Amino acid sequence: MAYQYNGTTVEHDEEGYITDISLWSRELADIIAKDENIEMTDEHWEVVNFLRDYYEEYQIAPAVRVLIKSIKKSMGKDKGNNKYMYHLFPYGPAKQACKIAGLPKPTGCV
Amino acid sequence: MVELAIRNARTAEAPADPLEVPALTPGAMADSKPYPASAEHQEKIGFPGELVEDWKERAIDKLGDLVGKSRGLRVYLDSCVKCGACTDKCHYFLGSGDPKNMPVARQDLLRSVYRRYFTFSGKYFPKLVGATDLTEEVLDDWYSYFHQCSQCRRCSVYCPYGIDTAEISMAAREILDTVGRGQKYCNEIIGKVQTIGNNLGLQEKALRATLEDLEEDLEDETGLEIKLPLNVKGADILLVTPSADFFAEPHVDGLLGYAKVFHQMGESWTISSYASEAANFGMFIGSYENMRELALRIRKAAEELGVKRIIFGECGHAWRAAYAFLNTLAGPFDFLDQHYPIPQHICEYTYDLIEKDALTFDKSKNDHIRLTYHDSCNVARGSRMGDTPGGQFEIPRAILRAVCNHYFDMPADTIKEATLCCGGGGGLLTDELMDIRRKGAQPRMRALQQVADEHGVTHLAAICAICKTQFAKLLPEHGFEMDSIVSIHQLVSNAIVLDGQISDDDDDDEDDEDDEDDEDDEDGDA
Repeated sequence: MAYQYNGTTVEHDEEGYITDISLWSRELADIIAKDENIEMTDEHWEVVNFLRDYYEEYQIAPAVRVLIKSIKKSMGKDKGNNKYMYHLFPYGPAKQACKIAGLPKPTGCV
Repeated sequence: MVELAIRNARTAEAPADPLEVPALTPGAMADSKPYPASAEHQEKIGFPGELVEDWKERAIDKLGDLVGKSRGLRVYLDSCVKCGACTDKCHYFLGSGDPKNMPVARQDLLRSVYRRYFTFSGKYFPKLVGATDLTEEVLDDWYSYFHQCSQCRRCSVYCPYGIDTAEISMAAREILDTVGRGQKYCNEIIGKVQTIGNNLGLQEKALRATLEDLEEDLEDETGLEIKLPLNVKGADILLVTPSADFFAEPHVDGLLGYAKVFHQMGESWTISSYASEAANFGMFIGSYENMRELALRIRKAAEELGVKRIIFGECGHAWRAAYAFLNTLAGPFDFLDQHYPIPQHICEYTYDLIEKDALTFDKSKNDHIRLTYHDSCNVARGSRMGDTPGGQFEIPRAILRAVCNHYFDMPADTIKEATLCCGGGGGLLTDELMDIRRKGAQPRMRALQQVADEHGVTHLAAICAICKTQFAKLLPEHGFEMDSIVSIHQLVSNAIVLDGQISDDDDDDEDDEDDEDDEDDEDGDA
């Protein structure tokens, strides 16, 4: 199980989450997004970048509410809400956006 | 004539019976199975990394060990008389039509092997008594169908012998783990709790940042400094809650509700990063050792912080594990204040305050909600609350009625001790099992549709993190908003009147348009 692009091979698990997060790249994100039927826009990148920054600091993805609060600050009220997040990432901002951002899947009762 | 016409019109419109028995579809769910646990996840929690060579012998030995230790399990395997009372009681059978999801058939997957190796008749006349050899196909069937049981125990309520399929399914999963065929979702999570302290893998730094962020939200909302304290030594109360309460929606709103109640009462309380998880997935895989490990973390946190009481947040199976097993797994808790239940449920705590008239509510804050309540299976059938039988049914409802004007029960054969599982319990809340989760949720969704049609119900409350996540995922497929699943303490949070709170009357009342309210405050039952 691996993503292949430009002669690079990046392993992923059964669900498409990459197993070595240091191998992530913007190019790979585009490929994962395509698999998820998502066309990456600036708004998608805003979320993905925030997730990656947060992960670097805390070794985990942020709570959905923390993500939304930050997006509200950067993109305004119209986009900083749960509905808009699901519009961007129909399978849920936590799981789908994490996958594209190269982060591990949030586990537990979530 | 008129009457007949009305009745016909009603049946034409009537939603499907929540418990309608489907046509049989043998093998419909044979391909459903969870992802296997990796060697790393298996070994971390004490199981072989992959299927061991002598799996057959080991599996039989383990089964012998389990029936030797648990009289209950042996009785369950011995006593079924094939009366059929359970056949239409499992939500996964009702949703899938697969006859192997009839509880008796699920039990027989293990029972037939037990008979073959542990009973006289099965050893010598296997064909006559439905005894089967343990083969690879049987092992595959176990892996598939014991992961289509949410251990909700609904079937056991209807069994004249009280056979508990949950126990059988836990035993089967324990055997599977022992031979190296564990399930990824549960086993990865148990490992995370053992190293980090919670299912999510939320470390102290991240947990602290999250709680501070939520404190800010609370201050913005109320103008008050409402704390979500972490690792405070000498606090009176240790709150142990599912880590989903720190992460997911609507769970977080429940956490804010607990915090508001504690704040209003001036309680000294704390969360522990070491025991930042109420869930105990060791129960789902039937592993006493793993269950104990997780329970001991709670004891250690309570001792180190020097608390006097332990209160559990809204989490279904966690309350079963806490109520029924915490004391035997990690007791005695003689260092806690014996004047309070050990442990106590957050609903018991809040209910007690309501009874004493210690809290004030503005119920109109929940007037945009017409509410029903989903009894979470492990609370309903695996535990109790308060000091009277049935407290686990009445206490949550009493809280809801105290904070919400419009409450209606779902049909009686789908609530309380007859409640349906949400479809995601027992370690099945993982994406690759979405098909069986969806099918298992169907009876509950139909029951909800019934009260939506009859009483205009818009929201469903639950006190289990799994139920909340499962419904947030599936309600939109049934025409409800994702946020129509709510925490009990979210509704408490909406309605509670806090001393010194800023009033927020700028968000005005324009949400009255949709009801030709028949003014009936009366509930679905008395």
